[in-house]
Amino acid sequence: MVASKKKRFNDTIKAESKDLDFYYADGTQALKKVNLAVYENKITALIGPSGCGKSTFLRSFNRMHDLYPGNRYDGQIILYPDNTNILAKKVDPIEVRMRISMVFQKPNPFPKSIYENVAYGLRVRGERNKHTLDDKVEEALKGASLWEEVKDRLYDLAFNLSGGQQQRLCIARALATEPEIMLFDEPTSALDPIATVNIEELMSELKEKLSILIVTHNMQQAARISDYTAYMYLGELVEHDLTDQIFTNPSKKETEDYITGKFG
Amino acid sequence: MAQQGKAKSLKDLNEIRSLIKKHKKNDFLFAATGMFVIASLTITLIILFLDLIIDGYPKFNLDFFSNYPSRRAARAGILSAWIGSSLVLLVTFFVAVPLGIAAGVYLEEYAKKNWFADLIEINVSNLAGVPSIIYGLLALGLFVYTFDLGQSILTAGLTLALLMLPIVIVSTREAIRAIPIHIREAAFAVGATRWHVVLHHVIPYAYGGILTGVIIGMARAIGETAPVITIGALTFIAFLPPSPIMPEVPFINFEWLDSGFTVLPIQMFNWISRPQHAFHINAAATGAVIIILTALMNGAAIKLRYNVRKKIKW
Amino acid sequence: MQDLVISPGLAKNFRRNFVEQIIEVGLLLSAVVAVFITSAIVYILVVEAIPFFQHVSLYDFLTDTVWTPNYSIKHYGIMALVSGTLTTTIIALIVAVPLGTITAIYLSEFASHKTRETIKPILELLVGVPTVVFGYFALMLVTPLIQKIYPDLTTFNMLGPGIVMGIMIVPYIASVSEDAMRAVPMAMREGAYAMGATRFQTAIRVIAPAATSGIVASYILAVSRAVGETMIVAIAAGQQPNFTFNPVESAATITAYIVSVALGDLEHGTVGYQSIFAAGLTLLIMTLFLNILGHWTRKKFSERY
Repeated sequence: MVASKKKRFNDTIKAESKDLDFYYADGTQALKKVNLAVYENKITALIGPSGCGKSTFLRSFNRMHDLYPGNRYDGQIILYPDNTNILAKKVDPIEVRMRISMVFQKPNPFPKSIYENVAYGLRVRGERNKHTLDDKVEEALKGASLWEEVKDRLYDLAFNLSGGQQQRLCIARALATEPEIMLFDEPTSALDPIATVNIEELMSELKEKLSILIVTHNMQQAARISDYTAYMYLGELVEHDLTDQIFTNPSKKETEDYITGKFG
Repeated sequence: MAQQGKAKSLKDLNEIRSLIKKHKKNDFLFAATGMFVIASLTITLIILFLDLIIDGYPKFNLDFFSNYPSRRAARAGILSAWIGSSLVLLVTFFVAVPLGIAAGVYLEEYAKKNWFADLIEINVSNLAGVPSIIYGLLALGLFVYTFDLGQSILTAGLTLALLMLPIVIVSTREAIRAIPIHIREAAFAVGATRWHVVLHHVIPYAYGGILTGVIIGMARAIGETAPVITIGALTFIAFLPPSPIMPEVPFINFEWLDSGFTVLPIQMFNWISRPQHAFHINAAATGAVIIILTALMNGAAIKLRYNVRKKIKW
Repeated sequence: MQDLVISPGLAKNFRRNFVEQIIEVGLLLSAVVAVFITSAIVYILVVEAIPFFQHVSLYDFLTDTVWTPNYSIKHYGIMALVSGTLTTTIIALIVAVPLGTITAIYLSEFASHKTRETIKPILELLVGVPTVVFGYFALMLVTPLIQKIYPDLTTFNMLGPGIVMGIMIVPYIASVSEDAMRAVPMAMREGAYAMGATRFQTAIRVIAPAATSGIVASYILAVSRAVGETMIVAIAAGQQPNFTFNPVESAATITAYIVSVALGDLEHGTVGYQSIFAAGLTLLIMTLFLNILGHWTRKKFSERY
């Protein structure tokens, strides 16, 4: 099945979930046997009504669920080229998060300076060389199209930036450690339309360097920016296909109902 | 008939109006009572300050701070008491603050929800309600006789640290709880460990709240009398503990920890207990010193907390 | 199935995890100190009180009304101390319950936000006044004032310190009760106002009844404070055990007795020395009971809203 998809889509798989189940501490099952691949240098969008498990799925990729006791995964998420199941007990979640970074729904910069926000990921890796830090911070801010706006006030508090700028700062923070996959959890839902456009353009640039998995409430957004779209419902993957295909000719009735707004 | 009905309703209306008037009077009366009660409390507090300051006024000079206690009231001062208080509080601070912050951090950031965490929780809230004199008895049995630390500065410092611990733990926890979860997740998401999150984020952002608790706890420790008396602290001390700082290497020594001592509130208590009025003046002056210190500290803590609340806008 | 390996880059970092573990254990131990202190309190009081109860039967301890550890015929009737503790506590409550409740209702239902923000710091400053200062206040100011009205009052009496103790615990009652009343949902207030109730009617007929258990909890915690209070009574009520409930008489409380013994030089191991641990154990049991009752009442209240 997966092998045939690989052929069908003609792209290289960066990571894929295999029969992924997820249970929250209270016993509710949030994911049911999800098989989904993320392709290299492509944007994969997850859509579906709220509570369908798309955020849960996204947060499995950098093991955020490990932060809260009692949560449980079954199945695998395999990261390539390591060919390693990143959910395995012997895998260090921190090493996973160093390679798969995340941008959250609400911009959540630290109450520190712009510079410190971007440098933080490097600092926890033990990087102390001032020149290296300076270079990487600049590079990350350029990568997040924020450099021009903040280069003269790198030591200002990050809270003084606008919402859109804060979200780009969070992207720069995630970018500084040169991750292979970047996870976006509804990154524009708290932003105004102009800031949203900026972030969307930025994501299209970013996919040149890395693979992106994004959860979005906004179907137009998925249609605009993603290469692949997956529709989830009640913890199950209903349909996963090229975005053009999903939005023009979905193979499942449920997907069509959701996209056309008959449901959800 | 119609006329009669109208008259009746008018009468009703007047009744209701007078009822409303009566009720509004009750409102006014209660508000006045409330303000009167609060004004009385405030005035009591002011009288308390003024009484001590007026009674103790003759002693407000440098000699009072640089003299040892004496049998002659006029010459007696609080030198050994304020130095003793400072050294005891030094011990208290260095024991209670790290321990309290560490315990608070553990309960908020590490503890899983299980019976053991509940046990610690119950103990912390229980300790906050144990009368201070009980801590004195604990210290007498444990530090003085079991650990054989004697009636020393170390014993007193540890005793007050036990009293201060719940205050630091509770304020640390409250301050930590105010930090939103998404800040922690942001740090974890770039590869921080739990300790990184605590050290780089939780403690720095909770700093103001923790400091508030520490100041309030220290202010309480300054005025705490009963537990220090219970461990058997002497009330008449006409010498100073060995200096913690030495002119030659290694520059600090710890002999002072083992020294006898007195503290400000004990000195005050001692002077109150004397029959001669002249000593009561000394007691008032000492009381003024204590209350000014504690009021300044509590005031600073209240202001700090206000600023912290205003500043946070996650 | 593909052959899965753990690539070295993703494997557990042993050094880092080890350091994390050590830190977690260190923090855990700090938290366990709280459990240790409680156990140590109970252990020390019980161990030191056991030899005392080998000398004095529990029956005598609880029923005798004379406490004379320094006389040739020694009596150890804790009731002689409990009477002092109860009398001062009751006087304190007579002062603090109305004042504290009125303050709480005023702050919660009548005061504007700004007034509240000004008054609460004053109450906090009152909480911060050291008890030895309150003791001075009771002995040097309040008792002489009462003597002007009632000249027969002795210098040491339970009335003056009881009143001062009441002033001391007003902020505790006010703050816990106010929290309870403010926790009552706004909808209940709106319901009352909508029916034409005045502020006073709403406060007395709707809010206070709804917050009863929270208010009662504040009283219980206040009793616990008063029972454990030491310096005010040690300074102004006298340190002579005296089985009486007459507020104008002088009498020692449990706490004042412990202070008076600690001030003297009773030797370690004597019955007199052990007696303060027996007294302390009595005090601990009383306050523990009150605290548990108070927390339980408060918890029951907070579960309701």
